[in-house]
Amino acid sequence: MNPAVIETRKGARIRVLEGGPLDGRPLLFLHGVAGLLEEHAFLDLLAGRYRVYAPELPGYGDSSGEELYEDMLDFALHAWDVVTALGLAGRRLSVIGHSMGGMIAGEMACLAPEAIDRLVLVDALGLWLDEHPIPDMFSFLPFEFGDYLFQDARRGTALLTGGVDFSDDDATRGFLVANARRLGTAGKMLFPVPNRRLSKRLYRLNTETLVVWGKGDRLVPPVYAKRWAELLPCATVVMVGEAGHMVPYEQPEALATEVMSFLG
Amino acid sequence: MKFTWFNLMPWPYMPNDFREKHRSVWVDIPNTLYDPVRGHAVYNEYMDQLEYAATLGFDGIGVNEHHQNGYGLMPSPNLIAAALTRRTSGAAICVIGNSIALYNPPIRVAEEFAMLDVISGGRLVAGFPVGTPMDTNFCYGQIPALTRDKYREAHELIMRAWEAEEPFAFDGKYNQLRWVNCWPKPIQKPHPPIYIPGGGSVETWDFCLDHDYNYSYLSFGGYKAGKALLDGYWERVAERGKDESPFRAAFAQIICVADTDAEAERLYSEHILYFYNRCLRVYPGFADPPGYRTVKTIKAGTLTLLRRENQKLFENVTWKDLVERGMVIAGSPETVRQRMEELIKSLRVGHVFCLLHSGNQPDEKTRHSTRLFAEQVMPKLRNMWPEWEGDERWWIKPLADPVRVAEPVGARQ
Repeated sequence: MNPAVIETRKGARIRVLEGGPLDGRPLLFLHGVAGLLEEHAFLDLLAGRYRVYAPELPGYGDSSGEELYEDMLDFALHAWDVVTALGLAGRRLSVIGHSMGGMIAGEMACLAPEAIDRLVLVDALGLWLDEHPIPDMFSFLPFEFGDYLFQDARRGTALLTGGVDFSDDDATRGFLVANARRLGTAGKMLFPVPNRRLSKRLYRLNTETLVVWGKGDRLVPPVYAKRWAELLPCATVVMVGEAGHMVPYEQPEALATEVMSFLG
Repeated sequence: MKFTWFNLMPWPYMPNDFREKHRSVWVDIPNTLYDPVRGHAVYNEYMDQLEYAATLGFDGIGVNEHHQNGYGLMPSPNLIAAALTRRTSGAAICVIGNSIALYNPPIRVAEEFAMLDVISGGRLVAGFPVGTPMDTNFCYGQIPALTRDKYREAHELIMRAWEAEEPFAFDGKYNQLRWVNCWPKPIQKPHPPIYIPGGGSVETWDFCLDHDYNYSYLSFGGYKAGKALLDGYWERVAERGKDESPFRAAFAQIICVADTDAEAERLYSEHILYFYNRCLRVYPGFADPPGYRTVKTIKAGTLTLLRRENQKLFENVTWKDLVERGMVIAGSPETVRQRMEELIKSLRVGHVFCLLHSGNQPDEKTRHSTRLFAEQVMPKLRNMWPEWEGDERWWIKPLADPVRVAEPVGARQ
């Protein structure tokens, strides 16, 4: 995957990882709350068959312009702006959304159901069940992210922090700034309760949808997979073992296999 | 100098093993620890103390707003303030303040503050805090990254509502009101003195200076730790070309006065330690949600109290530590006078919020400390800023001839 920078019509500067055959079917990957991690075997596997585009949200990493976005509609339209900026408007497009990216993908699809060929939701946020409250990720301490997001918390923490040495002041400040930007942006969609009433719009979706879930997801428990399947008109659910919320990073091969068999 | 007697109104019955059993005094503290029958006595005792302080010559009496916690029992400070207006005559009623981003619509603050100003005859000091993350984000659900923007809009709406003489339409991002027409309006013109309690963000300093509001640094780190922050503020004042009136700034300080230094420790250490060990036990995850602080402020690193290493400031503290580090000013009237002088001069503040009640301090000790401060310390600190004498820009302008409130009927036996 190669990094590129695009600018949307609204003015966000977005870093996009791009890879795969130029004439391959376009596949958009929308990352989750934690952003695009350094290691992305999952995207590499998909790039073996499709032309994969993985844009960063504004506020994540080198992507900027987060101050331009305030609510769910802003972010959903932003995702379409990115599609346009990538020159994909009007193409037969499939979308994979992980975690918060699943929420955005769902909103994109509700806005323009005909424009999405196939949809994959991986441990997607966006729904809320009173009986199964999602933990308050905005009150997590840095070490807790690993616990909630990954089946293997230690490996997860290392992946998430990119190996920051917290005894170093500058490194810590750098991490705090990056974290504040990432989760500050995420909070506009997810705080205080990660539900922006997508459920009442999902009836519009006639897209074939694959719902994939990590069996050990402690952030958004697997019961939510069932709820997505109830609300989506055409959905198939697949559970992945030995994985928590971060399936794309925990089980890249298993997930890629499921996705390729679904997309064809 | 101005001195305001402040009561945070903590819950004084948190158990001895509170630290071990509970991760936070705020947000998710079990509400079974609250007992409304005991609470009846607690509220009345605290309000009596505020009234008592007013009779002893404190310039103001102060209350503030917090939610879902055992640290401060005033979800609505305006209710307490309303009761105080009727039972006091000269003292400023300092509501520090209303978390304006939490009122829907914020015109409610314009109305209630105007009511307080009118009922009290122009004695309101109006505080507009952004609010702690615990209150604003975790308890009241405001989105961290949008909190400041919503605060700015609420401020604009309130000030316009107070100033406008014709109804107007307000098309805000967070508030849309076709008719804004504030009834009643405050007595103090153009508005009551405005105080902005801040933890130390650069944006807050600029906001205060843009509007010539008082900047109140409210922390429990004490005056020695507060100096770096206030120095930063005064540098900003100079950079902005504003005059250096000490009345631009206020500081909150925990104070304990007894006949001797040793007596102060004997009388108050238990209650001070209750405050630091239980009332300030906030789960760090509730103290700083990503997006609440701006990138500029994180980079400047001025919000020292929210940094991880400083969370330990309040762990296993001892009386000796607290006093030596200036977190608590305690001792004989003479010791306290010396320390207060040091505080006032080193921080360059014209107004001190005196926290003379702490934690589970009983009423008689609170009154004892308060009386000693009022009689033996305060008079000697009055003339700390002779060159700024008469600078009343940040003080109340009450009516010359207010209504005298009749004796209360059915007074308590």
